Amino acid sequence: MAAARTLPRWADVLLVPLASVATAFVIGGLVVAAIGVNPWSATRELITGSLGDSEAIGFTLYYATDFIFTGLAVAIAFQAGLFNIGAEGQAYVAGLGVALVCLHGGALPPWLLIPLGAIAAAAFGAAWAVVPGILQARRGSHIVITTIMFNWLASTLMAYLLVNELRAPGSMQAETAAFPAAATIPSIHTILAGVGIQIASTPLNLSFLLALGCALATWVFVWRTRLGYELRTVGANPAAARYGGISPAYITILVMGLSGALAAGVAINEVMGVQNRLLLDFTAGYGFVGIAVALMGRGHPVGVVLASLLFGMLYQGGAELAFDEPKITRDMIVLVQGLVVFFAGALEGVFRRGIAGLFAVRPRLPASQPAPVRPSGTHP
Amino acid sequence: MNDTVAGAAFILASSLRLAVPLIFACIAGLWSERAGIFDIGLEGKMLLSAFASALAAYETGNAWAGLAAGVVASVLLGLVHGFASIDGRGNQIVSGAAVNMIAAGATATVGHAIFGEGGRTPQLDTAASRFEDIVWPGAGTAGHVPLVGPLYRDLVSGHTILTYAALLCVPLTAFALYRTRFGLRLRATGENPAAVDTAGVSVRGMRYAAVVICGILCGFAGTYLAVAQAAGFQPNMSAGKGFIALAALVFAKWRPWPALATCLLFGFLDAVSIRLQGVVVPGIGEIPVQAIQALPYLLTVILLAGFIGHAIPPRAGGIPYVKER
Repeated sequence: MAAARTLPRWADVLLVPLASVATAFVIGGLVVAAIGVNPWSATRELITGSLGDSEAIGFTLYYATDFIFTGLAVAIAFQAGLFNIGAEGQAYVAGLGVALVCLHGGALPPWLLIPLGAIAAAAFGAAWAVVPGILQARRGSHIVITTIMFNWLASTLMAYLLVNELRAPGSMQAETAAFPAAATIPSIHTILAGVGIQIASTPLNLSFLLALGCALATWVFVWRTRLGYELRTVGANPAAARYGGISPAYITILVMGLSGALAAGVAINEVMGVQNRLLLDFTAGYGFVGIAVALMGRGHPVGVVLASLLFGMLYQGGAELAFDEPKITRDMIVLVQGLVVFFAGALEGVFRRGIAGLFAVRPRLPASQPAPVRPSGTHP
Repeated sequence: MNDTVAGAAFILASSLRLAVPLIFACIAGLWSERAGIFDIGLEGKMLLSAFASALAAYETGNAWAGLAAGVVASVLLGLVHGFASIDGRGNQIVSGAAVNMIAAGATATVGHAIFGEGGRTPQLDTAASRFEDIVWPGAGTAGHVPLVGPLYRDLVSGHTILTYAALLCVPLTAFALYRTRFGLRLRATGENPAAVDTAGVSVRGMRYAAVVICGILCGFAGTYLAVAQAAGFQPNMSAGKGFIALAALVFAKWRPWPALATCLLFGFLDAVSIRLQGVVVPGIGEIPVQAIQALPYLLTVILLAGFIGHAIPPRAGGIPYVKER
């Protein structure tokens, strides 16, 4: 594309996402104003609510943990040219793996039980993602449709298991019995209290560090290993990859497995870190936030972590805002999320071409000689 | 004997009621995807039109005003997707996912801001503000006639005008797609847009037309949910019906008559799963409702994987068309 080449790298990496995300937030602000709430005070409240004190920050990072996991899951699939819409279902089924280990491994010590639970989560999440991967690689199914269907299958399967099989005896709630204490991932505030630092009690737990570790591992894997190179080649040009001796089918299945395993982090954070039991719909749409996060972060782990922090702020600050402003509900976040997906994802090309157009115009102004003739813009 | 027939007629009638939004949404998706615009945003358009129609029907007290508002809202949201997919040359799956999120967020937010009930709109309690069931002549007395009586009473008579419209939109779609020049061009746009362009027909125009038709039909689907089936809007009331419609579209291999059959089948499964709740079937035991609810998704996955026939989407689907320069 001729217009894209004129864009400097820094503008491509920074300006395009910033412009598109800013547009999403401006429209969100207009909706807030239309509802009759001052968008400036709402923004202020959102920021103090998410960063104002150690409690707010703890909650923000706790939400961000979930989004890093699902964002990485969507991003790694993007790098291989696959659109995994199924992070939600993969995280949900991963919760089953956690529950099975934690409910039956009560006698184990924490240092064994927690890693086992995490491994089970990753295995279940990966299994739920590998099936669509295999169906795409070997049977030619469309991965988008299959993963959408697998989200609904996960939802019906888990509803059945929680209502009929896993429900604690005598309980009216569709949830398992509480896990043994050994299955609880230590929270950050108890660890810090152990070394003498007092912060507010929040759901933030060690899963956050695991999420950051996963982000680093994803970067190393995708950009610093041979397999990662093959993965990106398949994403960029499957025909060239096949010519180069890479099996796109194998890469597809592998990447879907990794993607599902990353999505499983939500189950680790929520089920083992916070709830200590498996409950209905604990994923709460976080898998879909992962789509927004991955698009906003341009499919790169650093971008994903930054976008997750922003969405963590939105979720935590939005909850505080909904509490203080009776006119605003947390559904507002879903709207903003949709706007981010739209502007940073679907209209990304429009923003890039628009900004490239600005860059193409600018050098002509001071220079006296005519600007080099470029192929005319690819859009009206 | 007569009881069995009456029971069957009842189940079939409720299958038909549950199938109506699926038929509208599935045919809507068919128009869009046959022109090469993938649309996973059927759910979002349905939800937005359900909200708009409930709001308008409540404010005006007129169900037809509700339908108009629902259709307009759905078409506008469809044009957002259309702009991103056609002029913006963006990823149509991403855009569809965005449409779903925007609709879910916007309806609940605005609904709550207006009525303060967590997003619900007030009950539509006057007769004119809803689409009422139409009772055909003699339906009451015909119920006593063996066999055909209950079928006439429950299946033919006693539905809202939107139900008949849904059944009518299938032959109309089939005719328009396969028997008119417009339909031929539209299908060609989804298979080989370059050829359409060479013939001097605007690919852009055809695709926008398809997106608008898709929006109109999704508007009918949403209006049916809020102003005919229910009496008002609730957040997330589309509850995945847009995705079942998408599944039906794949299952029907993007053809109108099979789409109708699939939607009726999925509606039937839905009706049966409601009916079988807690019922113990002799010899099998209690059938879990979830197993029946999962069937549409499972069948679609199996079909898509080519284990029963092959579902091949329109060839140019999802690919933005760029004129060569």
